[in-house]
Amino acid sequence: MRIFWAVIVSFFSVTSAFANVSITLPEESAQYRKGTGVDLANSYCMGCHSADYVLTQPPAMSRAFWAAEVKKMKEVFGAPVPDDQVNGIVEYLVNTYGDPRKK
Amino acid sequence: MRDDDSIRDRRSFLQAAGLLVAAGVSDGFLNPAWAKTVALPFANGERPLVAYPQKRPLIRQTTRPPQLETPFAVFKEGVLTPNDAFFVRYHLANVPLDIDPASYKLNVSGLVERPLSLSLSELRSEFKETEIIAVNQCSGNSRGFVEPRVGGGQLGNGAMGNAKWRGIPLKLVLDKAGVKAGAVQVTFKGLDAPLLPTTPEFVKALNIDHARDGEVLLAYSMNDADLPLLNGFPLRLVVPGYFGTYWVKHLTEINVIEHEFQGFFMGKGYRIPDNDCGCVEPGTAAKATRPIGKMVVRSFVTSLEQGAAIRVGQAFPIHGIAFDGGSGIHAVDLSVDDGQSWQSAKLGRDYGRYSFRPWQFELKLRSKGSHRLLVRATANDGQVQPLKPTWNPSGYRRNVIESLDVVAI
Repeated sequence: MRIFWAVIVSFFSVTSAFANVSITLPEESAQYRKGTGVDLANSYCMGCHSADYVLTQPPAMSRAFWAAEVKKMKEVFGAPVPDDQVNGIVEYLVNTYGDPRKK
Repeated sequence: MRDDDSIRDRRSFLQAAGLLVAAGVSDGFLNPAWAKTVALPFANGERPLVAYPQKRPLIRQTTRPPQLETPFAVFKEGVLTPNDAFFVRYHLANVPLDIDPASYKLNVSGLVERPLSLSLSELRSEFKETEIIAVNQCSGNSRGFVEPRVGGGQLGNGAMGNAKWRGIPLKLVLDKAGVKAGAVQVTFKGLDAPLLPTTPEFVKALNIDHARDGEVLLAYSMNDADLPLLNGFPLRLVVPGYFGTYWVKHLTEINVIEHEFQGFFMGKGYRIPDNDCGCVEPGTAAKATRPIGKMVVRSFVTSLEQGAAIRVGQAFPIHGIAFDGGSGIHAVDLSVDDGQSWQSAKLGRDYGRYSFRPWQFELKLRSKGSHRLLVRATANDGQVQPLKPTWNPSGYRRNVIESLDVVAI
């Protein structure tokens, strides 16, 4: 009986808040730019986030900046980047989006 | 670079770039050629305008997880930011896209006498609801203007919004659960989740006294409508006066704990230098840090865009908004002489101390040509916006006095 009334009550107290909400997000189109190491970025830097996370960063950032980003992704966010691939990814990022002359 | 230079450079950049809405995008990497873009006024500031479900076209910062910024022109529409224009910020890519409110549960556990598992209808029927108008602003709002530049979301000024939130005070739910002696903090987790088991979950914490202050809200309504899904449907935490990072979306887990929570998004992320200004010398690291907390005082002109022209010698009404972390706005002043003298704006209706406070001002420019208009808010707690920007490594809490160029003709 309690269940019956609960159903009735929820039926009459229906607001839009009780309707199922389902959405579809727009398609992802951002892509890493071509360059040496882009295959590494596509392999290791697309799992958890779209490429625009990189593309929108300030221009001319240093190698230290991009190295710290890759380190954070690997060590803090748990990105499964093998140790021997880290350097190639950093080089791709600093050469493509940063300023490799800046340490 | 001296701060004067930085203001001047920014001004010339603004004049050059404006806030242009143009068809297409120069190198086509961000979006299809048909899409519109905006150029946020800093280097590499071009972004597509994209309409997401339940949203009008917004400035897309990132696609996955989605981060959408409110175009600044929205803020002249009114004191409340429309739901379909309210900014969106997720940290983790596993965003819930299909939510059934009928089976949704809010669980309260940990150091409590009676753990709870409440349906939405139980939450709404068993507690007394309340309402508050409050600003939600991203910690990194305006990060794109920070000099020297720092990593993170390169936002303009639109990662903020003001809404009327309705829901149940967290205090009532905690009281029903019965917080046990020894409680130190309360943690909050929503449905959004990491993709990898190695990625930290997005969990935030408030001190127990804050959680029980009666103002922190479990909100199911935003501007008299359901929350848009991307703003936390069907239930989000509202922490008036605090930066948006604490406003956990799709809230399902409340846990009372006997220690200070040290998960990544409290213990490592979202921290500021532990000093009065929350700042350090540009380019240096902080010796000690603390979790970011209350918002700092800010003000903006909303009725004029960069480079607007007005008649010389005639009073021209301009409008704007100001807000802080909850002490309320004491005064808004404007200067047309680089801050040597200030004139008071007239404060508009008070929607509560956590809300945008509208203001208006009769601007009269006495000579033809370009003038730089500065707007400065003072909060009731004495905080005043600084003339020079402060800096911290994460680009949080920007609140420098904003400037706007107007031309008298």
